[in-house]
Amino acid sequence: MEEILKLLEEDGRYTAAQIAAMLGRDEAEVAAQIAEYEEKQIILGYPALIDWDKTGGETVTALIEVKIAPQRGDGFERVAERIYQYDEVESLYLMSGAYDLAVTISGRTLREVAEFVSAHLAPIDGVTGTATHFILKRYKDKHRLFSKLPEQEERMLFV
Amino acid sequence: MIDYASALSGRVKEIQPSGIRKFFDLLEGMPDAISLSVGEPDFVTPWHIRDAGIYSLEKGFTKYTSNAGLMDLRRELSRYMLRKFDLTYDPARQLLITVGGSEGIDIAIRALVDQGDEVVIPVPSFVCYGPIVSMSGGNPVYIETKVENEFRLTAEEVRSAITPRTKAILLPFPNNPTGAVMERADLEAIADVLRGTNIIVLADEIYAELTYGGKHVSMANIPDMYARTVVISGFSKSHSMTGWRMGYICGPAELIRQMTKIHQYAIMCAPTTSQYAALEAVKDGDKDVEMMRREYDYRRHFLLEELAEAGLSCFEPRGAFYAFPSIRSTGLSSDAFCERFLQEEHVAVVPGTAFGQGGEGFVRISYARSIGDLAEAMNRLKRFLNRL
Repeated sequence: MEEILKLLEEDGRYTAAQIAAMLGRDEAEVAAQIAEYEEKQIILGYPALIDWDKTGGETVTALIEVKIAPQRGDGFERVAERIYQYDEVESLYLMSGAYDLAVTISGRTLREVAEFVSAHLAPIDGVTGTATHFILKRYKDKHRLFSKLPEQEERMLFV
Repeated sequence: MIDYASALSGRVKEIQPSGIRKFFDLLEGMPDAISLSVGEPDFVTPWHIRDAGIYSLEKGFTKYTSNAGLMDLRRELSRYMLRKFDLTYDPARQLLITVGGSEGIDIAIRALVDQGDEVVIPVPSFVCYGPIVSMSGGNPVYIETKVENEFRLTAEEVRSAITPRTKAILLPFPNNPTGAVMERADLEAIADVLRGTNIIVLADEIYAELTYGGKHVSMANIPDMYARTVVISGFSKSHSMTGWRMGYICGPAELIRQMTKIHQYAIMCAPTTSQYAALEAVKDGDKDVEMMRREYDYRRHFLLEELAEAGLSCFEPRGAFYAFPSIRSTGLSSDAFCERFLQEEHVAVVPGTAFGQGGEGFVRISYARSIGDLAEAMNRLKRFLNRL
């Protein structure tokens, strides 16, 4: 069953018919399984992976370390909720180690991102500190490289 | 003026160049072509293996190795053969590292064949066996495997092909181009024919890691056959290492010792950098093999389904990464089919006739390509067939 998920993780555009063919299974059965995954929110969506740098548009992305003081009863949840509801927040993870939450945010400019941090993130009750790291270059995301590896010379041989 | 024709060896001049050249020439002018014609994995060699090669260079390991290859590599290969195929080989006496499986085939045949000796070769199969036998002064004796037998070699066919001059029989399974595999019972039947003869089995098992729905069985696994079987294999297909040219042969010490002499004078030793990469592959590459095998299996299922939808009959290939559908229903010859398919739809597949007798009426489709490429190629195939 997990094979369907792995295939869709590789390429969200595979159709149920294609997946059924690859696995040697029945199309209707695969389609039903995918629907169930969607229903149960095991599959959350099928977004494209885009290299915005190639579009010429200016975007900056930052990874922000957030330290928080856990709150009685709620632990980190309440603070996390207050952060992830901002549309600007792309991802939010609870971390082990030197800080507690890792937030990624994209904006048009450094200033926009910095302002978001100072205006919205840092003042949240329970946040005790932030450290903003701007991403300078993306090499790889979701197993995909952002620049193509050079290709070997075309050769014609018979094997 | 030098008369090159009389300068050249008659044996060499008699060898026919591959007829597939013309397809390559056509392909070159087609930027949108999808080539399902190359018998090569589409994966880059896994990084940890490449890195091991690079690291060996950084350490300055740039000298020759021993003729038979790095002892560490032979030791690990010996463990690998036991782990994967339940075969035991002494790394010091029964294993030789070669320049790809190709060199293994070459020296194995040359070590056995004298003028006028016969070597039995099932076809369709990879193209090098016959020419090497001929260049060694021997005579290839071809057996046409049949689609109704799922392109397996049968004991009756072997019995009727062997003569007092038969020195060796090639067993190229899992097979390129048909994708056929030989199961234990098939091998046992052939072993019955070979027992009591002095015929050596040259088992070209380069695709042994790529079987679907059943583990590969080697002729060397069959009772009494170990002592007459030379297993020829390599890293090209299993670990996606074609360009490294890493192969090996395993077999009885008496044979390996003689084959090593040819290797010593022709090659000296396999490339050192490649041997260090192969060492990493054989030590820590099982997961890569499994990942690629799984991926090929997806593609295999996908391709078979698409071929059925397109209306071409194809027996289920259970090894390697080729499908070998029949194109007889189109009324075209294999050659004409491939030429028109390439000209009209810009998809390259290989005529079955390129792999010897018995290939007429079939084409080889390699599924060592992405699902996206295969899907597009199959759409073009359906369009092509509808138009015929």
